[in-house]
Amino acid sequence: MERITIRFKVNGEDATVAVAPHWNLLRVLREELELTGAKEGCGAGECGACTVLVNGRAVNACLYPAVEADGAEVTTVEGLAGPGGELHPIQRAFVEKGAVQCGFCTPGMVLSAKALLDRVPLPSEEEIRTALAGNLCRCTGYAQIIEAVQAAAEELSR
Amino acid sequence: MAEKTFRVVGTSVTRKDAPLKARGEALYADDIRLPLMLHARVKRADVGHARILRIDTSKAEALPGVKAVVVGEEAPIPYGIVPQMPTEYALAYKKVRYHGEPVAAVAAVDPDTAEKALDLIEVEYEPLPVYTDPKEAMAPDAVKIHEESPFPANIAYQAEQEFGDVDRAFAESHYVLEKTFRTSYVNHAFLEPHSAVAKFDTNGELTIWSGTQVPHYLHRTLSKVLEMPMQKIHVKVPKVGGGFGGKGEVSNNELIAALLARKAGRPVKLTYSRKEVFLQHRGRHPIEIRMKIGVDRDGYIQALEYDGTMDGGAYGGWGVVILFYTAAMLHLPYKVKNVRFRGRRVYTNKPTCGAMRGLGGVQPRFAMESLLDQIAIDLGMSPYEIKKKNAIDQTHETVSGVYVRHSEYKQCIDKVVENSGYLEKHRKLPFGRGVGLAGGYYISGTAYTLYMSYKPHSTATVRVDTEAGVTVYCGATDIGQGSDMVLGMMAAEKLGLPFDQIHVVSGDTTLAPFDLGSFASRVTVAAGTAVCQACDRVLEKIFSVAAVQLGCRAQQLAVADGEIYSVFEPHKKRMGFWEAVERYIDANGPLVASGEFTPPRRTGKFKGANIGHSPTYGFTAQVAEVEVDTETGEIRVVNYWEAGDCGQAINPQSVEGQVEGSIVMGMGQALFEQVRVAEDGRLLNPNLHDYKVPTAADLPQIRTHIVDSYDPDSPFGAKESGEGPIQPVIPAILNAIYDAIGVRFTEMPVTPEKVLEALERRKSERS
Ligand code: FES
Ligand code: FES
Repeated sequence: MERITIRFKVNGEDATVAVAPHWNLLRVLREELELTGAKEGCGAGECGACTVLVNGRAVNACLYPAVEADGAEVTTVEGLAGPGGELHPIQRAFVEKGAVQCGFCTPGMVLSAKALLDRVPLPSEEEIRTALAGNLCRCTGYAQIIEAVQAAAEELSR
Repeated sequence: MAEKTFRVVGTSVTRKDAPLKARGEALYADDIRLPLMLHARVKRADVGHARILRIDTSKAEALPGVKAVVVGEEAPIPYGIVPQMPTEYALAYKKVRYHGEPVAAVAAVDPDTAEKALDLIEVEYEPLPVYTDPKEAMAPDAVKIHEESPFPANIAYQAEQEFGDVDRAFAESHYVLEKTFRTSYVNHAFLEPHSAVAKFDTNGELTIWSGTQVPHYLHRTLSKVLEMPMQKIHVKVPKVGGGFGGKGEVSNNELIAALLARKAGRPVKLTYSRKEVFLQHRGRHPIEIRMKIGVDRDGYIQALEYDGTMDGGAYGGWGVVILFYTAAMLHLPYKVKNVRFRGRRVYTNKPTCGAMRGLGGVQPRFAMESLLDQIAIDLGMSPYEIKKKNAIDQTHETVSGVYVRHSEYKQCIDKVVENSGYLEKHRKLPFGRGVGLAGGYYISGTAYTLYMSYKPHSTATVRVDTEAGVTVYCGATDIGQGSDMVLGMMAAEKLGLPFDQIHVVSGDTTLAPFDLGSFASRVTVAAGTAVCQACDRVLEKIFSVAAVQLGCRAQQLAVADGEIYSVFEPHKKRMGFWEAVERYIDANGPLVASGEFTPPRRTGKFKGANIGHSPTYGFTAQVAEVEVDTETGEIRVVNYWEAGDCGQAINPQSVEGQVEGSIVMGMGQALFEQVRVAEDGRLLNPNLHDYKVPTAADLPQIRTHIVDSYDPDSPFGAKESGEGPIQPVIPAILNAIYDAIGVRFTEMPVTPEKVLEALERRKSERS
């Protein structure tokens, strides 16, 4: 099979992967780099479980062609915690506010929230709902997730 | 009543698995990779109903990289969650009964190769008529989807129940209302698609990792279909990305992965695509319900009659059980003395319906709460009044013999009406805005296993030692609802230790003792009782040693905050928990004890009498406030109030999460969710773009309230909270729509098109 070599940064570290032209970024992260934090819920850009940050922007990794990640900076949920492994304030807020039930949506939710808070440090509830509308959660009914994002926003802008 | 001052129970501790999940380090089945693991893909039928004439897999087998191919003939043993009525095969055997049914499967070195191999498999069919509507399927001349079914046409099962003198009660009623309701074909849409990894070792033992709610039933079924003893099978449940009933019976990916692994001699992973999740389905049964209720002058219910036709889809699954649940659900939470039930479940050529959150309850609840709403309005009464008047008291026995040992339903109605301002709003808001009230309940476990058995439904073992600390072993399965946390909290409370010191080993048929599974909202009460009993027995042992050391009676000892003390002289006579543990082990050896839960075996002398009994019941009442855009037909649920009786909440934050999740899921079913099926049986929207589930943008303002409640016979007074709260959601919203625009919808989902059409009709009727 034809392979193309891509070089990019994942969670601050250099990565070089030989990819098939039809592979998406999610496959590269999960299968080649063993970063299984990003989940596949639909494989079609409909659920947000695979959300990662590419150059700071939240994208659905299941739709993102792997070859286009060449030269990019990718952040996955594994890359959010601090150097000593302490949770990022967004992750901590999710844990404390009960925003994690089955947890399958959580990595994607956390990263969508991160992209939002990087852009808008103190978003309104409406802005949070809109920013998370591409991330489905079937367990929580969203209320505790929104609370978590609000709590994290406050903590981060303190 | 037991002492209600708790240290751990009733607090919102954080779950131990939450940080792991938030960091992406928790492992779900699809995250597991084993050395030499193969990837499997499934060849699916492109016909809705057909006899299989020939399957040729030779070209696929010859493809380099393909390590095994299996077809239905290699596992011709039928299975089903109801063991007396096995209807299903790992892969279609001789016949295909729905479009997309697995006919062959391939394991290959990578997914691309497996995928490619599917195209090389040739299948020849002899087509049969496709039935997507139960009415067509029930026609006397319809071809039987299951030839061996003993019922006429395509009826999978039918039953009648009658209590009291229904005809007389209707004749004597002051007012009788009858309507026909239709519920929709909806899917759980849990976020994690089915996934399983299977591996055989050199000794021929099978280990399977699967995101299932029912490791025990998977264990039994693997044994049956693969024809190997249960002792040689180990089921391990990794993290589960939601189930809601959809993973509450064996999914064919589990059997196929095991069959392929055995044939290939290598581990096999089979993860479904989203489309395949819709094909595996097991979602809520669409039911056409004709319901009639008669009341006296004051609004007291005199009689109720139900006739329901359930669209079951292609296979049996949980079907017959659900049929009888729809019967049982008619008797609560209101006092009804005369009840007639007629129901049938019908096979159609569609993905199989099954257990979905609040199974058997949601559909009749919709009909009953809508009818009561209308009856009240027709009688010039408040729906609140009629519901409160008929609500059961704190204890109740139904005419069907179901005993409710503890109910705070009346408190729920009062509280939600108060919190929402329902009485000030109902019939008083401007056109386009309205409020709706509905109530509901659910079982907290069942009285019987699905197969004949007298064993405990739940067992737990607690081991305490100075090396590993406290470990609770229980076969219960955490599917994201947080049962590991609940069991850990109960153990912590019992043993007087902090929650984070308790380890819970669950969801593993080898390591943990027996439990039936996560369904019927049974875990908190059943597994909780087992864990509490095991802890009590551990304490008994420790106290016997501590009593000698402290010089007092063991019965006078209690434990809290890591200390054992005499309740009479807490300051004088006390010692550390761990010191006592050490002394016990020095003198007696291992400190281990087990507990169990066996529900009372209540039943009756009629068909289906085993179903509906539960140790205890949860209750809920809800008010929805909606806004209907009369220009676009769009409905927005703006506000939502709930008051729930879940007994003592073990973890209030988790209860809130269960309730909010239920409300939003119910809202999706009320307003937009529906799997659509073409005439040939093909699914038209098996994806999360066209099958629209609620997003964060649809979320109403939700206010939940846990009413003051304590079931003295439950562990720490607790009852269910995961399935009761979805019961009233649809009628609460549809009652609110009626209040807003005066249109009584009896069919879901209530889409903008239907709203506009109804408003149009209403206008032309008026002019
Ligand atoms: S898996 Fe990428 S959006 Fe669903
Ligand atoms: S926590 Fe289960 S899908 Fe969000």
